[in-house]
Amino acid sequence: MEKREYTITADTGIHARPATLLVQQASKFNSDITLEYKGKSVNLKSIMGVMSLGVGKGAEVSITAEGADEAEAIKGIDETIKNEGISE
Amino acid sequence: MTTKLTGIAASDGIAHAKAYLLVEPDLTVEKNKASDTEAEMQRLKDATDKAKEQLTKIKSVAKESLGEEEAQVFDAHIMVLSDPDLMDQTKSVIDSEEVNAEYAFKQVTDTFITLFEGMEDNAYMQERAADIRDVRKRVIANLLNVTLPSPATIDEEVIIIAEDLTPSDTAQLNKKYVKAFVTNIGGRTSHSAIMARSLEIPAIVGTKDITERVKENDELIVDGINGEVYIDPTEEEITSFNKQAKEYDELKLEWEQLLNEPSVTKDGKHVEIGANIGTPKDLVGVKDNGAEAIGLYRTEFLYMDSSELPTEDDQFEAYKKVLEGMENKPVVVRTMDIGGDKELPYLELPDEMNPFLGYRAIRISLDRDNIFRTQLRALLRASVHGTLRIMFPMIATVQEFREAKAILEEEKALLIKKGVKVSDDIEVGIMVEIPAAAVLADQFAKEVDFFSIGTNDLIQYSMAADRMNERVSYLYQPYNPSILRLVKHVIDSAHKEGKWAGMCGEMAGDQTAVPLLLGLGLDEFSMSATSILKTRSLLKKLDSKKMKELSDKAVNECTTVDEVIDLVNQYVK
Repeated sequence: MEKREYTITADTGIHARPATLLVQQASKFNSDITLEYKGKSVNLKSIMGVMSLGVGKGAEVSITAEGADEAEAIKGIDETIKNEGISE
Repeated sequence: MTTKLTGIAASDGIAHAKAYLLVEPDLTVEKNKASDTEAEMQRLKDATDKAKEQLTKIKSVAKESLGEEEAQVFDAHIMVLSDPDLMDQTKSVIDSEEVNAEYAFKQVTDTFITLFEGMEDNAYMQERAADIRDVRKRVIANLLNVTLPSPATIDEEVIIIAEDLTPSDTAQLNKKYVKAFVTNIGGRTSHSAIMARSLEIPAIVGTKDITERVKENDELIVDGINGEVYIDPTEEEITSFNKQAKEYDELKLEWEQLLNEPSVTKDGKHVEIGANIGTPKDLVGVKDNGAEAIGLYRTEFLYMDSSELPTEDDQFEAYKKVLEGMENKPVVVRTMDIGGDKELPYLELPDEMNPFLGYRAIRISLDRDNIFRTQLRALLRASVHGTLRIMFPMIATVQEFREAKAILEEEKALLIKKGVKVSDDIEVGIMVEIPAAAVLADQFAKEVDFFSIGTNDLIQYSMAADRMNERVSYLYQPYNPSILRLVKHVIDSAHKEGKWAGMCGEMAGDQTAVPLLLGLGLDEFSMSATSILKTRSLLKKLDSKKMKELSDKAVNECTTVDEVIDLVNQYVK
């Protein structure tokens, strides 16, 4: 299992474009990937799940991947997060 | 006989064609017991696959007719359909409750819609809820084996009649055949209205019951300028509207060519045409209409759209957005103009006998200077993001201007001391709307950087006639020689001190007033964005020297408004 924690710095939080990009990236991997915020976790491959968390700026979240390609998954997602300025 | 229906004019233009009713089939979902849950899951999969296929097709049509950006909404829809959670949850409802696919799908989507609509913040989540509704309609139609009406198949000229239009409806509209649309619900900023404007077809929204009043193939005239629909028009009405439509189209073409042109008179004199705005959202209209500046940013909306005083940071963000959006073109920001007809419950202002003559605008700002200082700090901080000009409203005396400016300088010095960057090129001026200030403009001109004449109030104060009172509305006379003399004095006073004078009232975009104002030497005309191109086009036809002759005559020889209007008509044909 691979896990990383982030503080969201994007003004829009995980909404709109950032949410779409994260889901697209996560969907490329076979591992189960979850996004956890305020004790609630959702499937990071589900746009509706991600948006239902209402993650805003300043939120502390963690992302977990479990499966054969978990290391690549976490790395890939981390890239999206950095490149899109979702978190620093 | 013609039936006339009125709604909200959402997109300009005139259209004449047959009605096409875009009314949805019955999509009522029943709850049925399903013994073969595997089969239900397969039905769900088939229906969503088919929906994806349909959406992909609509998307490519949309890309052709509307462009990449507008077509992106369908990517969002396809993404919803590919959502593993949505599908898994639907399957689990089918499985555990042994129900039909459409019922399960409706139940699960309802949960998400309720969740999204209940979330704070925002318009954004509301739109996502609308996306889910839109997608759901398609999946359920597929499950029920009914066809959603598809405007994409229309192959003759029509006017679309609908309850409302969803993004996927409008995306399928082929501009070649769809001449206009009219809906029951919606407002100027609803999806259908915005889409109509980007498609440049006339639209009327919010008619309440057009779908009940119009039958398929009824002959219609849609007047998107006045927000009126004529059902079964007479021959005369048709002839008259066809003529109007043709004239309007020609004019519009002429105007559009001026979008990126400077505002220049026939003899080469350049003036500035600016836009009046209320919020950063209005920037779209400012760009679409080719404004050279923002001549009036009314900051009241920041105060009125909130239940408490807006913070310095909130204000800073709004000002920054506007300044950046204008890319160094000047932005005149008017400081808070609350009071008069603009109330603010949380300020607990006392009721007054004569609010227009009472505690308002700069009078409040100078009295409760903490509110004023917050606004000024936000403005000063934002000043480095563009070309800021600050304007104080309702100035009656030079003393008031001096006090306001001193507070501004104080805040500026404090910010600089703290290391905050502030532009060193901020013009500070006043709105001339009180006759006392207009009369003393020569003295003011020595101290201000500019004047902007606010005609709505200047006229009501000069005529002592409440502009809200219909019984005295005949006294609202922008072309009265008395008003013209005041305006002339303000402009001349500014020029004498090497300053500029603008106008940000209704009068600046008034097609009868423009020739007079040009003649009087007005430097900047600020108006509603939609009047800009019309005015630029008018200016191009005017000779500034001839208009000077006109305005001299109007100011010196005319006694009544009617004489002035006649004179303008003689000079401008």
